[in-house]
Amino acid sequence: MDIVLIGISHKTAPVELRERLAFSDKVINNSLNKLKLLPGIMESMILSTCNRVELLAVVEEKERGKSSLLDFLSYDRDVLKEEFLSLLYELYGKKAVYHIFKVASSLDSMVIGEPQILGQLKEAYEIATRNGSSGLLLHKLMHRAFFTAKRVRSETKIGNNAVSISYAAVELAKKIFEDLSKRKVLVVGTGEMAELAVKHLISHNIGKIVVTSRSIERAKEFASIFGGNPISFDGLVEQLEEVDIVISSTASPRFIITYNMIKPIMKKRKNRPIFMIDIAVPRDIEPEVNRIANIFLYDIDDLQQIVEDNLKNRESEAKKAEIIIKEEVEKFFKWLENLNVIPTIKSLKEKWENIRLKELNKTFSKLKDLSEKERASIDAMTKGIINKIFHEPATRLKRAELSANSTLYIEVIRELFGLDDIKD
Amino acid sequence: MNIIFFYISLVFYSLATIFYLSYLIVFKKIYIKIGFYLLLTGFLCHSLALGFRIAEAGYFPVTNLHESLSFFPWAIILVYILYNLKNPIPILGIFVTPLAFSSMFIASLFPNIIKPLPPILKSIWLPIHVVFAFLGNAVFALAFCGGILYLIQERALKNKRVKGIYKIFPSLESLDAINYRCLTIGFPLLTIGIITGSIWASYAWGSYWQWDPKETWSLITWFIYAILLHERLTVGWRGKRAAIMAIFGFLVIIFTFLGVNLVLYGLHSYNSW
Repeated sequence: MDIVLIGISHKTAPVELRERLAFSDKVINNSLNKLKLLPGIMESMILSTCNRVELLAVVEEKERGKSSLLDFLSYDRDVLKEEFLSLLYELYGKKAVYHIFKVASSLDSMVIGEPQILGQLKEAYEIATRNGSSGLLLHKLMHRAFFTAKRVRSETKIGNNAVSISYAAVELAKKIFEDLSKRKVLVVGTGEMAELAVKHLISHNIGKIVVTSRSIERAKEFASIFGGNPISFDGLVEQLEEVDIVISSTASPRFIITYNMIKPIMKKRKNRPIFMIDIAVPRDIEPEVNRIANIFLYDIDDLQQIVEDNLKNRESEAKKAEIIIKEEVEKFFKWLENLNVIPTIKSLKEKWENIRLKELNKTFSKLKDLSEKERASIDAMTKGIINKIFHEPATRLKRAELSANSTLYIEVIRELFGLDDIKD
Repeated sequence: MNIIFFYISLVFYSLATIFYLSYLIVFKKIYIKIGFYLLLTGFLCHSLALGFRIAEAGYFPVTNLHESLSFFPWAIILVYILYNLKNPIPILGIFVTPLAFSSMFIASLFPNIIKPLPPILKSIWLPIHVVFAFLGNAVFALAFCGGILYLIQERALKNKRVKGIYKIFPSLESLDAINYRCLTIGFPLLTIGIITGSIWASYAWGSYWQWDPKETWSLITWFIYAILLHERLTVGWRGKRAAIMAIFGFLVIIFTFLGVNLVLYGLHSYNSW
């Protein structure tokens, strides 16, 4: 029995190939039905996202299992093996588990630390469970993967800092203002970047949104999408007296907000701080504006720099995450090793013997007058009880070792008698 | 007894300082938490020390440098704990704790014997005057710490250096709020402290105001904070300028507190050592 994983990802294959090998939501059930009937495949699941296509299976024998999977992928997706073979990774046993844990913890994602993949993996697992293609082993494997991902997320800072320009801007806003729901944002120009930034602000409960653009129609349209207030471009200066955040992204070749324009406004604002985000190229806001007290001006390069720093940060956090993942892989394989008849019988015996000795001691300490002989016979009696009880399940377990249900038997025993020390 | 508890609290404050400062190296939030609980324990011991000293001396213990330098951190920590109840800014402790600890440490260097109080100081006005004046100063000490934090954070944001330690800083708005709240609480306390002092002076020395150095410098302090409060409310002196003023004001308080005692000679030198 072995665990096999084959797959391609954004790291190994171009999008054209990934598209052709992908399993859409519609076909995945059908494909699983075929997959689980293949000889030598005991359990299987399919993870298919825009960044990766991976088949994970528990097989009877790894080489044969792998070639079954490859044939299946080629046949089911109607792509010649030669087209993807060189771009595909084949992983067995520990390496396969390590890979799955890494994927679940978003260490293998396009942007490290972005958590969508965990949801996609959960969905893939649910589909496989409902289909019946996954069994005891994949069940355990997936739960350990989700647990590992959770650990990585809480014990490292891998998902902490913004890795997009628009989100970095929102994080900065929160460094300046305590509560964004009391703040008003002015959107100057209605580009795609402005949209993204406003979306992030809305998800952080921004208070009010005011939109202006050279074309009032555009402003109205933007405002209606995001629930803001459109104003004419002439109202810009007036608005600057009130708003707390400005997001500027017009196509203007000249500065729209200049030092001389904003300086007197600050007096009228009683120096209330204002956060200006200039994501236009060429820039909309004169850089000198940043010199005015209580104005914080960030242009696109500043934001880009922050994003790059954060990405570097995530990479160094990924190193810490790998240690956690290795730990969890070891734990999983320890569990797997115990999933055999001999170690199960052994630990079951140990457990019962411990109980017997403990209870025996209790009795002996109460009955202090017993003679050596009496003690010996009580000891022998308890041993006898244990052995008699133990005999039946032990022989049946050994007999079941050769059957297909052996792992099920063992797992039930281990679960019922609490033999595993792996705890969540 | 008061001396024993004084030293116990000094030990707790030093441990709290170590934990708060090591947070700056290891960045584990648990350090700040432990630091805060150590500070709290130290504060309880400190309160006991104060209580015992009042019982043993029979007067409010602020008559020499040991006593004043030990009462001052007690007031600062009290104010900090109270502020933390409503507006928790854990990182503020990184400044407050060392400040309190150093004051305690300096206090420990001065003789701690209880001397009989000069009869002229024996009055109910002693605790009233001193408690208001010290609480006022303690509130301004908090504004001072908030001001330093504000300047660090403001500089980082202006220079676009927002990685590393700056990540854990609270928002500028909440730091500026420390300044505002402390000003509106500290200023009345200081005012009452000066007025009660003046009433007491009229009993003790027969005159409300004698322009002795401590009085003069207290008045200067009062004017500094009066200006800051006024400008803040009318023109909108906030942010950086308010932070700088809070820092400057507190430095003047320190001078009024220590400098006048050690350098200038005057009526308040009753509490000479």
